[in-house]
Amino acid sequence: MALTKPIKSLWEIPREERFVGGHAACQGCGAALVLRHLTKVVGKDAIIVNATGCMEVISTLFPRTAWRNPWLHLAFENAGAAASGVEAALKALQRKGVIDKNRYIKVVAIAGDGGTFDIGLQSLSGMLERGHDVMYVVYDNEAYMNTGIQRSGATPYGAWTTTTPVGKKFRGEWRPKKDIVGIAYAHRIPYIATANPAYPIDMINKFIKAYNTRGPSLVHVLTPCTPGWRIPESKTIEVAKLAVQTGMWVLLEIENGKPKVTVKIRRRKPVREYLKMQGRFRHLKDEDIKKIQELVDKYVEEINRWVGEEAIGPVEE
Amino acid sequence: MALVEEKPREEQLPTRRRKIAATGADAAAYAVRDADVDVVAVYPITPQAPIAENIAQMIADGELDAELIHVESEHSAMSASVAAAATGARAFTATSSQGLALMYEILYIASGLRQPVVMALATRAYSAPINIWNDYADAMSMRDTGWIEIFSENVQEVYDNLVQAFRIAEHPDVLLPVVVTLDGYILSHTTEALEPLDREEVLSFAPKRPRGYRPVLDPDHPVTIGVLGAPNWYQEIKVQQALAMRESRRVIEEAGKEFGKRYGREYGFIEPYYMDDAEVAIVTLGATSSLVKAAVNRLREQGVRAGMVKIRVFRPFPAEELAKALENVSAVGVLDRAVSFGGALEGPLAMEVLTTLAVRGIVKPTISFIHGLGGRDIFVKDVVEMYQKLLEAAKSGKSVTRTLFYGVKSRRGHIV
Repeated sequence: MALTKPIKSLWEIPREERFVGGHAACQGCGAALVLRHLTKVVGKDAIIVNATGCMEVISTLFPRTAWRNPWLHLAFENAGAAASGVEAALKALQRKGVIDKNRYIKVVAIAGDGGTFDIGLQSLSGMLERGHDVMYVVYDNEAYMNTGIQRSGATPYGAWTTTTPVGKKFRGEWRPKKDIVGIAYAHRIPYIATANPAYPIDMINKFIKAYNTRGPSLVHVLTPCTPGWRIPESKTIEVAKLAVQTGMWVLLEIENGKPKVTVKIRRRKPVREYLKMQGRFRHLKDEDIKKIQELVDKYVEEINRWVGEEAIGPVEE
Repeated sequence: MALVEEKPREEQLPTRRRKIAATGADAAAYAVRDADVDVVAVYPITPQAPIAENIAQMIADGELDAELIHVESEHSAMSASVAAAATGARAFTATSSQGLALMYEILYIASGLRQPVVMALATRAYSAPINIWNDYADAMSMRDTGWIEIFSENVQEVYDNLVQAFRIAEHPDVLLPVVVTLDGYILSHTTEALEPLDREEVLSFAPKRPRGYRPVLDPDHPVTIGVLGAPNWYQEIKVQQALAMRESRRVIEEAGKEFGKRYGREYGFIEPYYMDDAEVAIVTLGATSSLVKAAVNRLREQGVRAGMVKIRVFRPFPAEELAKALENVSAVGVLDRAVSFGGALEGPLAMEVLTTLAVRGIVKPTISFIHGLGGRDIFVKDVVEMYQKLLEAAKSGKSVTRTLFYGVKSRRGHIV
């Protein structure tokens, strides 16, 4: 049974593992941890559609699978379209009496930032616009990690990747991160949220809400990548937490167009603390870090204006 | 109404059916309706669009109960179709040319995942330059994708082939996607006489099987579809596909025979026309076959022993049947409406025919012709001229080693 009510403590997380161990994810992989919790929330009555990417590849090396749910992978850019096809099939088969009408089987699409922000954007947009009842979870490790840490539209300003490397002329990504929440918001879908594995109760409750939304929903989760971000395997959660504590990652929830911040930060930590933990930002000079701090300050200001309160406070002295 | 008293008979005669006026696009939509398709994911492109429009109208009128997904591209159309089939639904889509090209990677995935998607392909030339008219470039570009490929000669065949397609695709010994072609504009937009079947007949001929007869996405019986197949497994999976395609011959043949028994129109892999005593023959496909038949008729009037062989099922290619049909001819021509640039011969069908003969040690003078690209009209007199060339080849005993492009506006004459 999928969870329907929000949880208040970690003890309420279902024990049954539906994304089982033995898969080939890196030690400390943020995404694998997130999927483990996602599958616990959605339970048995969910069909998973997974785009090509880290999570698909490490979990389904024939003849083994880590998935206890029915699971479909087609290609890199079509999680949205494939999920639409499954959802439509379920609707038709239920209407024609082939599947029990009273059974709610959720279609859950899972894709990385690559398969969502860039190559998968078209099929995501189509799915959202047509209003399919699909829960779309994007695990964002901020680059095309599976193919070797190449830059994606989700790569943040200043980050080293293999296609935005640090050299004499160019030093990391020079463009800001694409706003996927804004894009989803423009589609006027009933539920959008951002989440972070360092705040598991908040994340799980958002998964619950998305599952129980009748219509398209999108949950955007930050999932640190130990090789790609150049962090020690034991630091995944610490880094993820700093993303929220510095205001680089704001935990939002937008229900029927009304935005709110679900984890307020009274005093933000300076971004330096987040950046210095990661090898992909090692090359940044003081003026680069200052620039990033300004970008975050601006972002926080926009969020506060949007939600109508100072949900994310100033940087602590 | 008959006034004659009807006596009970042991054998049921085929009932007199209504004939209606229909285009190829109409016929395709009727087949989708009569087969009670569950999911249609489709993106419009000329000249396929009326198929999508007809289906939409039928759904709007309550004649067909299907989910119509207005996908945002052909890549998504095929993705959604494969996903719907993987969920256990009867899925259909349609496209042409550029649309087919856009769904290209998913075509391989459809067959690799053994999903019985059925597609109508209104054949159309490939860009560039952009051209919306008929040739078989798109159909030919599908030949390696692992799809069963059936060409239609007329509007009736469009309907009949699609009905058979659902039965063939979903057969447990096959489980491969099937594409049925209809010549763009020539069939898709041209009205001919059509005898459709009743929905009960179609659903009895191509029944919807119980959902669990093959692995599908079902929470009660979870499976993982679309795995990573490393070098230690990929090869065997592909071999299984090849074997399924070989095995499909039996199912295709049986379906064609059963169709004939029930509805009076039997279908095979090829259709020989005046081949019993033919001296020269042309092999071709699709609606172009009608044109070649007309040329054969004209030549026969003149006393020339011409014949033709229509290839109905292009994949799996009916090599045995074709070799047998061409046994006694003195020269073989192949008329292609697609180009394989830089190929050993530039006609894709020609290469199939030549290989069919060569591996069996059958050596005959052969000529590969290409005409009718991008909707260029092929005239009966052009085909008659091709036959004259074949008669020359029969006399000289020599093949033409280079493909001949016909109907070309060139200073060198109309054959290049």
